[in-house]
Amino acid sequence: MRFMMIVKATEDSEAGVLPSAEQLDAMMRYNMELARAGVLLAADGLHPSAGAIRISYPEPGGKPKITDGPFTEAKELIAGYTLIEVKSREEAIEWAKRMPDPHGFGAGQIELRQVFEPTELTQDPDAQAKQYEMREHIQRQNS
Amino acid sequence: MSAADTHAAIDAIWRIESSKIIAYLTRMVRDIGLAEDLAQDALIAALERWPQDGIPDIPGGWLMTAAKRKALDLLRRNKVRDRKYEQLGRDMDSRMDSEFEVPEEGEVSDDILRLIFMTCHPVLSPEARVALTLRLLGGLTTAEIAHAYLVPEPTIAQRIVRAKRTLSATRVAFEIPQGAELKPRLSSVLEVIYLMFNEGYAASSGSQWIRPLLCQEALRIGRVLAEIVPAEAEVHGLVALMEFQSSRFKSRVNSEGEPVLLMDQNRALWDYILIRRGFAALDRIERLGGMTGPYAIQAAISACHAGAPSAAETDWIRISALYEALDQVSPSPIVELNRAVALSMAFGPEIGLEIVDVLQSEPALKGYHLLPSVRGDMLFKLGRMDEACAEFKLAASLTDNLKEHVLLLNRAAECLSAES
Repeated sequence: MRFMMIVKATEDSEAGVLPSAEQLDAMMRYNMELARAGVLLAADGLHPSAGAIRISYPEPGGKPKITDGPFTEAKELIAGYTLIEVKSREEAIEWAKRMPDPHGFGAGQIELRQVFEPTELTQDPDAQAKQYEMREHIQRQNS
Repeated sequence: MSAADTHAAIDAIWRIESSKIIAYLTRMVRDIGLAEDLAQDALIAALERWPQDGIPDIPGGWLMTAAKRKALDLLRRNKVRDRKYEQLGRDMDSRMDSEFEVPEEGEVSDDILRLIFMTCHPVLSPEARVALTLRLLGGLTTAEIAHAYLVPEPTIAQRIVRAKRTLSATRVAFEIPQGAELKPRLSSVLEVIYLMFNEGYAASSGSQWIRPLLCQEALRIGRVLAEIVPAEAEVHGLVALMEFQSSRFKSRVNSEGEPVLLMDQNRALWDYILIRRGFAALDRIERLGGMTGPYAIQAAISACHAGAPSAAETDWIRISALYEALDQVSPSPIVELNRAVALSMAFGPEIGLEIVDVLQSEPALKGYHLLPSVRGDMLFKLGRMDEACAEFKLAASLTDNLKEHVLLLNRAAECLSAES
């Protein structure tokens, strides 16, 4: 299962202040640890929202509205993400706990979110029923 | 944190840390079975202490230290019997002063590498190598391995016990092979990882088409290996191959659980994160100047599919050439069969059929369901429906995979309806 560790933005990251050498070093060591454990899929940092745009659909069926950054409420923005592939939620939590403080002045915040599996997104009851049926069938064969 | 939560957390920590601890202890006590027992003792200590004391800040360091203490106790007890441990024990004492001594990263990597070479040692049978690797490097329980292989738990338990005994009895050294020995031993490691992956990818019997746990673990161990020995092109080749193949997991089966062939798959369902990783691994191989190994070539073939926006845009000429190259470095009738398919896609079924007809007399392919399946497909495209139907029926009778059996019978029926 996949999890995304989302590093929240801060006023500093939004102002384009780059991480210190120590922070970068700690983050690189952490990423290396993830890679050496074979669980790292991707990790990236994002530019501040000053260069971003936002596309919204205020009217259902209507045209999208484009808003230019920067956006306020730094804490609701994200500054980067790390995508990992692990065997359990607990394993993801363990890795997330090991991530170094991303900002280092009391504002660091990391959010851990599970990525949907495509099967979870299938709402078609027929397809789901068939899946369950197959799973049961396999379980019967195993027991 | 409730006791159940703590136990779940300990399980997760164990999965992350166990291979490092077992590798370290194996170096210390020179016996893989004993090392695993000692590591288990440390795990038990954690299960006793952590629910009360809380999980330590550096849980890996705690486990490592506890395991080393257990090893040290044992070595001391054996001191009278075995003098050579005495010095080792004294060395350990001086190093145990700091509370949580975390070994250097390079040291850990070397130990993990030694452990991989040991669990994949040619002295063991292929099944034993896979089981032991899953257990000691994957941190999987015997029950999990048994479930992945759809066999009873005691079968796997026995396989692992025997493997450990064989390694002790034959005095397999805990070391990284040097010189001329390295290449063949590394091949053996790659073979084990790919075997594990294939077991998961195309279950050869039963109704379950994909066993994700084995694939995921094989890919993870492959990635670990690629980090430890970054200069070995074939390691990246194998990783790239597994990344590309894994990228198609979700499109390989339809909602009815039936297999979907590569050319018919919905490419929007492919996992582009894994595809990107596959291409990145191929780049590393090119930088190493080594597109010549069999895994690298197979990965390059897989990349042709991964990079094609639609089935119709597949570069079959390049794939034919790559199979030609693969046939040079690792010739086999199966490679030849694949080359025939590629050529038929590139230049028409007549050309492919010529090669396949020659392969009909190949003893190694006798009873191999894909030969009649491929031949049937070529005959179908040439409009020779009677012959195609017979080939599909033959192929269906040769496969053990239930889903594939049904798929082939459907194709046979398709021939008959196309004719009438």
